[in-house]
Amino acid sequence: MITIEVNGKRVEAEKGEMLLAALRRAGIHVPTLCNLSNLMPSGACRLCVVEVEGQRNLVPSCAFPVAEGMKVQTHSRRAVRARKTIIELLLADHPDDCLYCVRNRNCQLQSLAEELGVRERRYSGARHDYKVDTSSPSIVRDPAKCILCGRCVRMCEEVQGVSAIDFVGRGSSTRVGTAFEQGLNVSSCINCGQCIMVCPTGALREQSYIKEVLDAINDPERIAVVQHAPAVSVTLAEELGLRGGTDICGQMTAALRALGFQRVFDTAFTADLTIMEEGSELAHRVATGGVLPMFTSCSPGWIKFVETFYPECLPNLSTCKSPQQMMGAIIKSYFAQREGVDPSKIFVASIMPCTAKKFEAGRPEHGHDGLSDVDAVLTTRELARMIRMRGIDIQSLVPQGADTPFGERSTAGKLFGASGGVMEAAIRTAHFLLTGREMTNLKVQEVRGLDGVKEARVRIGDLELGVAVVSGLGNARRLLEEIRAGRSDLHFIEVMTCPGGCVGGGGQPIGADLEAVAGRMKALYLIDRDEPVRVSHRNEQVQRLYREFLGKPLSDKAHHLLHTHYVKREVIA
Amino acid sequence: MTAQIDQILRKHPEARRDSLIPILQEVQDAQGYLSREAVVKVGEFLSLPASKVYGVATFYNQFRFQPVGRYHIQLCRGTACHVKGSADVLDAVCRLLNITPGQTARDGLFSLEVVACIGACGLAPVININGEFFAGVTRDSVAEIVDSYRRKADPDGQDH
Ligand code: SF4
Ligand code: SF4
Ligand code: SF4
Ligand code: FES
Repeated sequence: MITIEVNGKRVEAEKGEMLLAALRRAGIHVPTLCNLSNLMPSGACRLCVVEVEGQRNLVPSCAFPVAEGMKVQTHSRRAVRARKTIIELLLADHPDDCLYCVRNRNCQLQSLAEELGVRERRYSGARHDYKVDTSSPSIVRDPAKCILCGRCVRMCEEVQGVSAIDFVGRGSSTRVGTAFEQGLNVSSCINCGQCIMVCPTGALREQSYIKEVLDAINDPERIAVVQHAPAVSVTLAEELGLRGGTDICGQMTAALRALGFQRVFDTAFTADLTIMEEGSELAHRVATGGVLPMFTSCSPGWIKFVETFYPECLPNLSTCKSPQQMMGAIIKSYFAQREGVDPSKIFVASIMPCTAKKFEAGRPEHGHDGLSDVDAVLTTRELARMIRMRGIDIQSLVPQGADTPFGERSTAGKLFGASGGVMEAAIRTAHFLLTGREMTNLKVQEVRGLDGVKEARVRIGDLELGVAVVSGLGNARRLLEEIRAGRSDLHFIEVMTCPGGCVGGGGQPIGADLEAVAGRMKALYLIDRDEPVRVSHRNEQVQRLYREFLGKPLSDKAHHLLHTHYVKREVIA
Repeated sequence: MTAQIDQILRKHPEARRDSLIPILQEVQDAQGYLSREAVVKVGEFLSLPASKVYGVATFYNQFRFQPVGRYHIQLCRGTACHVKGSADVLDAVCRLLNITPGQTARDGLFSLEVVACIGACGLAPVININGEFFAGVTRDSVAEIVDSYRRKADPDGQDH
């Protein structure tokens, strides 16, 4: 520990850390733009400048290490003025679009301008006539609103290991773009939306399908049904301005009915179904000497990542569709049959924590007889928008339950929302399927938590399995490289595209820190602790679905409806 | 094309990321521009994603991503030419050909490159088309020059 002096007060700092970290801990707010926690500082925007005694120029606190006895002024006239000028320059060529902007009232540029008291346009720069890139089913890029902070570029490269985008050109014509500045849809982008999560402005947003969903709800010819993913009920509250880390599943269900959906199904039901299929697939691979390690397949960004960068690993991917797609498939088959309706009249919407799910729903593999399994995907953010648009006060709603036949779920299915959850659910059921007994302690501590890589050896009867749980595709890439280099002690690997899993997905509330993501995770684990049905194989409605319709796991019908295949992708990567 | 790229890469067995620019220069010298294939291949060779290679290459004016046209126009933007109105000439050429510097017109006839200083300041503003210099060009004269090359390419004027 060393001591520095900030604004005349003593502040403790750790040797070697950057000044910004010490300031934050001491509760001193210095604004930042290019800085991303957990990544090396780039020092590009200079918004975080402060005065340090003995330094002639202002220094960027995010990239300036502390030193014993250092004297710092964070809000001197000079520092504040410099920051204000930076913002004014950023605004010089910025469109005056706030009223129409998806980030209105949740925009860092806007709040910085407000905070620094920008009240007039002092500079005005030439506008570029950039085109909005709407080519991707998941992400919309509006370069006119980009302030070149570089956060998306670093997220895509350093956290996700994808590098679909980078800075292009130089000087005043610098912009962010893909290789050869093609549309994102033909780039190596895997649609994760993590770039949106770090973008301070409206330059990146999700491709929205609210209109399609409203059209379907209002169409008397169609039956609009909706499913919601496990991670949504523990994050929606945040997006609606309520307390983070609270589960509002019952009220959300009520809100979905109020919005006009005729049925509300819980995607955790098909998460349980996924466990039945995927668990059986793993057991089959182990017993027959099939391709191992097997990778989970519920995260569509990860799937496209393997298809693009590691096509030789396609046989390692479980052939199971994701819970979203399984739900769509059984709605348009079993449910349609049961209700006696024409499947083409059913419109399946899903509420997902994820932008890649929008891409997944449009994959040509995911449909039957010319009908897509899922018709439109909305993110948590879009659902909140619809709720506000309709003036629904979610807190005043009486909690309701989901509809049969796909409303029941185990808590294992609910755990899919957190990194490690699929693994934990799979281990619980694999144990039962292979030994005929339940585990004595269902909690698998080693695969819980926010770490990007978690590994364990699991004993099931006479079998010892090596398992790994990875989130964030940069971590996945490193593990795949180990496997490429000959590592062979792993049997089953769960990969979630987004750091922390779906609770940290690209469709979730923007602006959450690690603590908030941990809170969302905790909410899921509390549900698991407190409810009675904690294993997927005890989901009665899933068992009934097998009895009445699918036969047994991996049956022909199950294969036809619930499994899929993958394609090698030729993109410029 | 592919073989040529491979051949260049083979000359750099020890190459690291800081060899990116020299390698790209060699490829461009050999092929006249950086094709998609070249960008991807050089990237793979240096373990760099294509977006990064493209991003770095666009930082430098010297790289182009389309093959040069039959007539390659180099337009000087050095100080002397600037003072004598080269910006206006540049604007005129861009409008005439409907391209920006670094691009090649759809019909493949013309391509445009902006160069720092050709070293012919006495002739400012100056352009160079396939090695032939034109001195003291103006908005109007450059249109005539471009037209004369169009006629050269298509003497009977059938396409006009
Ligand atoms: S990005 Fe921010 S500042 Fe720009 S228009 Fe949108 S809300 Fe306004
Ligand atoms: S969506 Fe993901 S992969 Fe695509 S550009 Fe954004 S961060 Fe990169
Ligand atoms: S798109 Fe957003 S995150 Fe990316 S550089 Fe621009 S402002 Fe920053
Ligand atoms: S936040 Fe420190 S330089 Fe950008």
